[in-house]
Amino acid sequence: MAAAVALCRPEVISCYPITPQTHIVERLSEMVRKGEIGSASGGCRYINAESEFGALSILIGASAAGARAYTATASQGLLFMTEAVYNASGLGLPIVMTIGNRAIGAPINIWNDHSDSMALRDAGWIQLHAESNQEAVDLHIQAFRLAEALGCPVMVCMDGFVLTHAYEPVDLPTQAQVDAYLPPYEPIQLLDPDDPMTIGAMVGPEAFAEVRYLAHHTQLRALEEIATLKAEFLRQFGRESGGLTECYRTGDAETILVALGSVNGTIRDVVDEMRDAGVPVGSLKIGAYRPFPVGAVREALHPCKRAIVVEKDLAPGKGGIVSSDVKMALRGLPVIVQTVIAGLGGRSITKASLIRMINEARAGKLDEPHFLDLDWDVIRTELARRRQRRRAGPTAEHVLRQVNAVASKVV
Amino acid sequence: MADQRIKFYQTGTFTVGNRLLDPERRTVQARMERTNSLDSGHRACQGCGEALGARYAIDAAMRASNNRLVAVNATGCLEVFSTPYPESSWKIPWLHSLFGNAPAVAAGVAAALEAKGRSDVRVVAQGGDGGTVDIGFGCLSGLFERNDDVLYLCYDNGAYMNTGVQRSGSTPPAARTMTTPAVGPSPGNSFGTGKNLPRIAMAHAIPYVATASVADLHDLEAKVTKATMLRGARYIHIFVPCPLGWAHDPALTITIARLAIETGLFPLFEAERGRVVARTTIRRKVPVEQYLEPQGRFKHLFGDPPDHKTIGAIQAIADENIETYNLLPPEDGVGHEALRNHA
Repeated sequence: MAAAVALCRPEVISCYPITPQTHIVERLSEMVRKGEIGSASGGCRYINAESEFGALSILIGASAAGARAYTATASQGLLFMTEAVYNASGLGLPIVMTIGNRAIGAPINIWNDHSDSMALRDAGWIQLHAESNQEAVDLHIQAFRLAEALGCPVMVCMDGFVLTHAYEPVDLPTQAQVDAYLPPYEPIQLLDPDDPMTIGAMVGPEAFAEVRYLAHHTQLRALEEIATLKAEFLRQFGRESGGLTECYRTGDAETILVALGSVNGTIRDVVDEMRDAGVPVGSLKIGAYRPFPVGAVREALHPCKRAIVVEKDLAPGKGGIVSSDVKMALRGLPVIVQTVIAGLGGRSITKASLIRMINEARAGKLDEPHFLDLDWDVIRTELARRRQRRRAGPTAEHVLRQVNAVASKVV
Repeated sequence: MADQRIKFYQTGTFTVGNRLLDPERRTVQARMERTNSLDSGHRACQGCGEALGARYAIDAAMRASNNRLVAVNATGCLEVFSTPYPESSWKIPWLHSLFGNAPAVAAGVAAALEAKGRSDVRVVAQGGDGGTVDIGFGCLSGLFERNDDVLYLCYDNGAYMNTGVQRSGSTPPAARTMTTPAVGPSPGNSFGTGKNLPRIAMAHAIPYVATASVADLHDLEAKVTKATMLRGARYIHIFVPCPLGWAHDPALTITIARLAIETGLFPLFEAERGRVVARTTIRRKVPVEQYLEPQGRFKHLFGDPPDHKTIGAIQAIADENIETYNLLPPEDGVGHEALRNHA
């Protein structure tokens, strides 16, 4: 990942370490020290920030001063920088940030789900989700181009550990290829003594709505730009990567699974196996979560009978987040949309569980929302225990004791 | 830089006579070519110490940087009164991001300039005491320890004035704010609390730390000029009375700022790499009552009878400062020790 970022010639990198992002920033700091990152117009500065809030704030200044700016974070780190996340998009600064998607505590958990980037889904950033390491490489190259074309920051989301810590061969483009695709950064606004301007003024009710609408407008423009950049990437690099959505055997599918990120690989295997058994299923990968590709999702799902959204996040008190967006995209159509909350805190999403769940859904027996592989015995025992005593103590520790596991074990 | 040694004061004031200085040493603000970087027409209150301090500081930084200056501003009065959309009083490149991140944003600007090989442009960050000693403190400490090439200016008026006068980590003891009201057995802000940010800055061993006041604008300009010409992290803590928050007559802004110095409550000094290298001695020591009494925020100390115990505790703080910073004049009676020691 660091090599891919280096190919994009960032000028200021500022990071604060957090699992599972650390190896990316470690490698980048080394490359900067060795002088391996830079361009004809100058070098690259790497700043060890005192917090994630500081890291992104440093990039806000760097970007406003005309530098191509990059950081990476995850989980608690993303939430800690929240105020700056909104600020960067509000100011229209084209910063690129890798998210190594990770659960949010409490209880503290370092493993993968999408709670972090979902929490910031409406912060005005474009959010692209990578399915594989190859796509993560390619999305970073597209992200800088997209951000700078629109004046809008971009998060490249890749599943923590599943992708961030996976070893697999990737095709790393040459510097000449990337330079041909990604021109030097030409700022829309710049802190320049030769052309002084005020950036970040206070805006009252007389203009705030218009400024906010323009942020929405930028996201709508991104829908077209993402598709264009995918096509151009294919032409220049000879590889399909990115884009708003990707359909797999959806043509005559009665049931379509919808998901973001790396789980799409497992889902395609499930589709193939079930197709072999004569079950008409397909899958839809959502590549861009913000802007949400309403048109493409509706186009892909409108012929099917049932859409099952498999999502690695939870809106407590409501259920699914992505499924709400999918329902909105399908409004007025007779498609059943079901929510499956899966893979929270790094729990494996297995083919067997998915197949069992799909069969239940086809039989009309799936609860809504459905929690994949939830251990109801543990839930019932813990609820009973809490009813018995006012001072029942911390839930997480008691649940752990019940399942007789150590907190770091991945099952 | 050696500033000129002055022995003369204008009659009836304690202000160094600008006309008595060599032309090259005269006050930036008195020059035809001053930049008016914070231009007139902004919406600061009458008698605002922060507006005055910022105007002198930024114009001095502009002169010292050959008019190659970028400013980053924390949220606060200075930001709000200077940039109500679509108007701006700033005639320099100016960026406001958030309340708590001005030091980091400025560090980012400096990093971008460095990456692009632009050593001609200098960076200042500025904020009030809330944005500096409280919410922006983490980012500021980061800037200090990394020795980022930024001059940070803190305009200290001792409370959150923009939000309506709430206590900050820089509110002095006994002061009434909306969250330390003058009620109960010990009215006003508690003793034994608060941060001394110049000392904390010095503990980072950064190249330059100074305190300054709107009561001595020539000294303020000299310190900003000196700091602008240095590289690395630099910090200037500027004392700026707030007539609204302190409840004093707006005409008394300079007087009260001067009394803060003359009582010993706000020592003026400079430090390099963590060591005090110069201080301004007190020309005529005055008791703290003279400083406290004109301010409504200390009104509860001057009832019938006055709260001698609390006033005595404040006097003890002033006396300790005088001792710590050796603020009483030497035998020859010459005042501006700081000016003499510039070297």
